[in-house]
Amino acid sequence: MSEYILELDHISKSFPGVKALDDVHFKLEKGQIHALMGENGAGKSTFIKIITGVYQPDAGEIRINGKPTMIRNPIDSQKQGIAAIYQHVTCFPDLSVTENIFIGHETINRITRKIDWKTLNGKAGEWLEKLDADFYPQTIMGTLSVAQQQIVEIAKALSANARILIMDEPTAPLSKRETEDLYRTVENLRNHGVSIIFISHRLEDMYRLASSVTILRDGRYIGTWELDKISQDDIVKAMVGREITQFFPPRHAKIGGEVLRVEKLSRTGYFKDVSFTVNKGEIVGLTGLVGAGRTEVCEAIYGVNPPDEGSVYIEGKQVQNRHASKAIEEGIGYLPEDRLKQGLVLDWQLSRNITLASLRRFEKKGFMDDSKEREVTKTLGEKLEVKATSVYDKVATLSGGNQQKVIVAKLLTGDMKVIILDEPTKGVDVGAKTAIYKIMNDLAQEGYGILMVSSEMPEVLGMCDRVVVMREGRVSAVLDARKTSQQEILEASMVLYRGKQEDGQERKAQE
Amino acid sequence: MSERTIQTEKPWSWKNFFFQWEWFLIALLIGINIFNSFLTPYYFTADTFLSTPMNFLDKAFLVFPMMMIIVLGNIDVSVGSIIALSSVIMAVSYNAGLPMPAAMVLCLIVSTTCGLINGLLQAKFKELSSTIVTISTQIIYRGIAYIILEDKASGKFPSWFSFLGWGYVGNVPFITIVFVVFTIIFAILIHRTRFGRQLFAMGNNSTACRYSGIKTENMLVSVSTIMGFMAGITALFLTSRMGSTRPNVASGYELDVIAMVVLGGVSTAGGKGRITGPLLAIFIIGFLNYGLGLFNISAQVLLIILGVLLIVSVMLQNLRFDKRRQKSGVVSK
Repeated sequence: MSEYILELDHISKSFPGVKALDDVHFKLEKGQIHALMGENGAGKSTFIKIITGVYQPDAGEIRINGKPTMIRNPIDSQKQGIAAIYQHVTCFPDLSVTENIFIGHETINRITRKIDWKTLNGKAGEWLEKLDADFYPQTIMGTLSVAQQQIVEIAKALSANARILIMDEPTAPLSKRETEDLYRTVENLRNHGVSIIFISHRLEDMYRLASSVTILRDGRYIGTWELDKISQDDIVKAMVGREITQFFPPRHAKIGGEVLRVEKLSRTGYFKDVSFTVNKGEIVGLTGLVGAGRTEVCEAIYGVNPPDEGSVYIEGKQVQNRHASKAIEEGIGYLPEDRLKQGLVLDWQLSRNITLASLRRFEKKGFMDDSKEREVTKTLGEKLEVKATSVYDKVATLSGGNQQKVIVAKLLTGDMKVIILDEPTKGVDVGAKTAIYKIMNDLAQEGYGILMVSSEMPEVLGMCDRVVVMREGRVSAVLDARKTSQQEILEASMVLYRGKQEDGQERKAQE
Repeated sequence: MSERTIQTEKPWSWKNFFFQWEWFLIALLIGINIFNSFLTPYYFTADTFLSTPMNFLDKAFLVFPMMMIIVLGNIDVSVGSIIALSSVIMAVSYNAGLPMPAAMVLCLIVSTTCGLINGLLQAKFKELSSTIVTISTQIIYRGIAYIILEDKASGKFPSWFSFLGWGYVGNVPFITIVFVVFTIIFAILIHRTRFGRQLFAMGNNSTACRYSGIKTENMLVSVSTIMGFMAGITALFLTSRMGSTRPNVASGYELDVIAMVVLGGVSTAGGKGRITGPLLAIFIIGFLNYGLGLFNISAQVLLIILGVLLIVSVMLQNLRFDKRRQKSGVVSK
């Protein structure tokens, strides 16, 4: 019998246009806590989905207890004793803890053919006791805290005889004390022989819990290390360590005066005291880990989700954006993160999509001026090199990159001063990426101030003049893009608790 | 600059031209008229086509604003109650001594306010569906009408008031002229203005509209208010034709009107439709009703025919759209 409970060998998985995983290895010992690390988009999610049977690998082998195994679907994975607990707990908030634990595998009384709640409640109680829970099986799930809900999720996994537990950023939503409790629970599980794959952005979690770490980068396997033999710096280097490829066009824009200033912007639960500036002709990157509050800040500036406190200045003049229409009037354009839902009317032709944000400009004596609309659309479309044959083409038929260009064109129909681009290259292919970078450069040269939200380090370093890094809703660093490094940005975006006094105090203050 | 050019001419294809819902409606309308002509001699005269519509055009005023509401992806089932309430208030206030022109204005004010309330409720409480909001106000508005007049009739309007519903200008009924005017206004509003463009955009993707700076709440309120105003116009013509009013007038109007809009090819999912469809549907249902009346068939049978017609038309439209989607490669979510 093998000493590894789970082995993945040469696993590859491609999606149209992207190689999500490329020859990845992973070995999990019995009773081991094994950390999995990587930047956003490094392939961690795909990796989990392959283990849990959501995706099938294109190549490679999965062995469980040394036996090659096919995991065709999530049910297969469950039968093999694999369970996953996600950052955002997926539960039924209106049902009781017992119902949540045993949903799908309730015990049925042989005679009455009814669900045997008495037994189930008893069993649930046993699990909760083992996990040191401070609530009862009959408690309604929705009334529990996130940490308590995680306990229920763990109980649910154990009740289904899970031997391999995947925990995806379980500490992210927890307070310091809850995190400590979770550590104890996880260690307790390990001592009972459960093997755990632990995914976290917090280096602290890893050093506290795990014995080994496997690092992925851009879908590739970088290596596995014993944690007592690798330093934090080396981990960060391993996560980042790649060359910036040369497809970023050279920048010539002249940087002028301030065009956007944000002061102490706060929205409860999302971000706090966010301040930064963007100058004319400047490209400022807004980066940080997913969930750091970047999109929320942009939406606050743009007025779709107004901030609770703080002020926004355009060319030194304070503006009150309670609605996107006001922001557009003031010269703020926003390319939303989810282009299909927030940016486009998919069933509509090119021209109508482009004019949607500035319909007033295409009116003549109260009527829509269709010929002006067509002409302006044609000019903008050709300028941005949208690959369409006619202004009547439906945007649904265009590729992701071209759809993105359509939204940029939409911003250009108005009199914009600042353009906010939220993950402009997300889900577009490499060619289209280069085209979008070129457009950004051209716009900066024309004197627009550009704020780009991006999770991709090379993009941030290659395109931006300055980088604003956010961590857990606050600005943690403003860096000069020419002088900084991926490592510095990543350190500023991760929670390190290393020599960072103010952080430690803050944590203490919260407790 | 790229060598690539983007065409601005509309691509023309015979298939798209003939593949339009309106052709089906026109065929249906002609079919019904041919059927009617067997029932009565001298059917195909100018008089038939000028006077018959007087019987059903009062309802038709509601069709275009209802189309706007359905294009938004919403629905309004309170119109019948708005008509009843505004009509009752007009009759009662006239009989209490208010001059008739002032009472008519009051009727429009009441109906417009009712529509405004519908709109505000929907804009403020986004978690409520338009169905729930208007079912509630449907009950409330008619309830108020019953409280004001109890289960009685009120009328005795001045004789000139009947001109609205019964009068002719030359050979043409007055109501027809008003209808034509409103049709032109709504056709322009829906298909040629910024307002109309925003309407269709919201029906397709309300979130994208919010991100594009369109004031979606204002749109909801405006459309409901217009619906209320047109309900008031209907109340005027309906009351004039009947000569008196009761709290139970116009019950069931909302369903007839929604049926006309849907038969006209306006998608209940929102965002799609052309005003020509509901316009034809008004006459299809109107003439069908008239023909069955000539044949002495009861109104209940008409309801059955209407129901079948609706199911068939929605079915046909969906078949058509699915085929198109598959061709253009759009994956519906």
